[in-house]
Amino acid sequence: MPPPGADPGYLAWGRVHRSRHRVVRPRFAEEAARAGGDAPNGVARLAYGRGRSYGDVCLNDGGTLIDMSGLDRVVAFDPATGRLTCEAGLILRDILADLVRPAEGGGWWFPPVLPGTKFVTVGGAIANDVHGKNHHDAGSFGDHVLALDLVRSSGETLTCSPRENARLFRATIGGMGLTGLIVRATLQLARVPGLLLDVEDIRMDDLDAFYALDAESKAAWPYTVAWVDCLARGRRLGRGVFTRARPIAHGPLPESAARLGEPKLAVPVTPPVSPLNRVTLAAFNAAYARRLMGRRSVRRVRPYDPVFFPLDGIGGWNRLYGKAGFFQYQCVVPPAEAPAALRALLDEVARARQGSFLAVLKTFGDRPAPGLMSFARPGTTLALDFPNRGAATRALLDRLDAVVVEAGGRIYPAKDGRVAADAFRRFFPEWEAFAAHVDPGFSSDFWRRVTGGAGSA
Amino acid sequence: MSVNESAERRPPSLVVLGATSAIAEAVARRHAARGWRLVLAARDEAKLAAVAADATARGAAAVSTHRIDFDDAAAEAGLLDAIEAAVGTPDAVLLAFGTLPDPERAHHDGEAAAAAMTTNFVAPVRLVTALAERMEAAGRGTIAVITSVAGDRGRQSNYVYGAAKGGLQTFLDGLRHRLVGKGVAVVDIRPGFVDTPMTATFDRGGPLWATPARVARDIDRAMERGRAVVYTPWFWRWIMLVIRLVPRFVMHRTGL
Repeated sequence: MPPPGADPGYLAWGRVHRSRHRVVRPRFAEEAARAGGDAPNGVARLAYGRGRSYGDVCLNDGGTLIDMSGLDRVVAFDPATGRLTCEAGLILRDILADLVRPAEGGGWWFPPVLPGTKFVTVGGAIANDVHGKNHHDAGSFGDHVLALDLVRSSGETLTCSPRENARLFRATIGGMGLTGLIVRATLQLARVPGLLLDVEDIRMDDLDAFYALDAESKAAWPYTVAWVDCLARGRRLGRGVFTRARPIAHGPLPESAARLGEPKLAVPVTPPVSPLNRVTLAAFNAAYARRLMGRRSVRRVRPYDPVFFPLDGIGGWNRLYGKAGFFQYQCVVPPAEAPAALRALLDEVARARQGSFLAVLKTFGDRPAPGLMSFARPGTTLALDFPNRGAATRALLDRLDAVVVEAGGRIYPAKDGRVAADAFRRFFPEWEAFAAHVDPGFSSDFWRRVTGGAGSA
Repeated sequence: MSVNESAERRPPSLVVLGATSAIAEAVARRHAARGWRLVLAARDEAKLAAVAADATARGAAAVSTHRIDFDDAAAEAGLLDAIEAAVGTPDAVLLAFGTLPDPERAHHDGEAAAAAMTTNFVAPVRLVTALAERMEAAGRGTIAVITSVAGDRGRQSNYVYGAAKGGLQTFLDGLRHRLVGKGVAVVDIRPGFVDTPMTATFDRGGPLWATPARVARDIDRAMERGRAVVYTPWFWRWIMLVIRLVPRFVMHRTGL
């Protein structure tokens, strides 16, 4: 078995793009300040965390990547207030494993927002303003950032917060690493009653059922998400499983429930032919649906790991899509347009017969986004995975873009590796205001693709 | 409660020499998460402070730091006093400092070769000897030293570094032999290619490269079990067996 992390080159999670970089790997603050703050020499730089964004927001062909994985220290953690100051390369897994502990005054300190994998860095979570299954309750990651330190290519380090350098702070949350090098952040952890979850899986026969369950669950269940069978069409469009969860108080945990290990299974090599095809997808979706064994709902108490990070149990699952890699497509559409737009999107996907391994639906809450370029906005979000079959896949995704443009929604840059420049500009009309905050010494493949590399220089 | 009893209940202690290296930090972090007391020694004050703050936040029962240039023999007494003051006789020591000299210089410049020998052989021998005295007297403890697969056979590509590490391996072998039955374990850790700043100029990637976290896990286990010699990752044991067995006339035709 090859050691983890020994992958040659720096790829994004979708493994579609091949970019060449000069890589620098700071391990300490002063080295990071040098890596981010050298006077621009015409070579653009970009921070790289753990390569969990899917497309090309984390790549910088012909430029420099600053691999931040060596800056993964906790600087300070106050168990009285739940405030955590850390270096930007710290991964959420480490917060869960080493810092989640009983809080003074009851309950436990817990990361307020967790994306679908715990192997992301804090810097990456800020730069992509990631969200979790509790968006309607807690907002996105940026809502819990109290302050951050940003190294600009001018050599200065700016502390940014809602009070200090507030506009730059807002641009940096969801700013895709383009406003400078995030080297440190202070987060407010959330107090939860316990580390176990009361989880209910409920059968969902169609899209109407999704909306009904979502409305009913909003108030009492901080975590909600739905899985949808993309092969179902017509009357059964939107068939799937709705999951809702809430943390509950408990006594001392058995060691095994509290312990977070490395993945138990791993995909060590990229298979020459992807094992994911129509037959295995249908089998997977059928197996997933059978989790309910014909019942309308199942309610259980479970540890949070398999509920929040179902795919983290299989290390390197992205390799299952074979050498060509895969695209993830995630969009959000505003509440009023959502029912019609989702129907159109799912219909387009089912008709294309390109099989989506995972289709995930969730409703975002109404709170205003913390970042200028934040993805999460009020509405319903849909996430889909597609094996990369070249032009056919890109054409399908362009058709999905057309539906989302029509509905006044947007796609998620952290997942994207192909959106056309004009579609991007319609999704993010803020992009020009944002470009004024882009550091002239920073760029990415994504940014050059959608804007031609606009910056403040 | 007697004084003795309260001392018994103190969490175990680990001394890390060269604590700001990527591998050493990863080992220290594992012990911090288990609530050990740590003494961290290294040359750079600011880096040491960053590593110490992290260990404290991750759960170490106590963390003390000591700034030292390991090449400076005169500084040794100060370090030993600091360890004594912080934790008494430590339960475990990990010696992780070392340098990888530029082979082009080390192979042609006697001064450069001697400097590499000082850091990679003389200084470790001095410190391990002093710490082994204390552990032998206490009748318990684990001394782990990071050597290298490069010490297993002299090769044209980096034999000065290899000689220092090979000498250290022989020293540890003898020390282990002398301490049989004395309650002190001597662990010789031989990493292969590890993805760290020390190897930053190498062409990395491929199945032979390991992360510091992976190597730290192996070190942690070997220290717990008091294993004599451990290759990390494990397959290096077999690679080095082959390299040791290759006849000289074949070896000399390779660029290894």
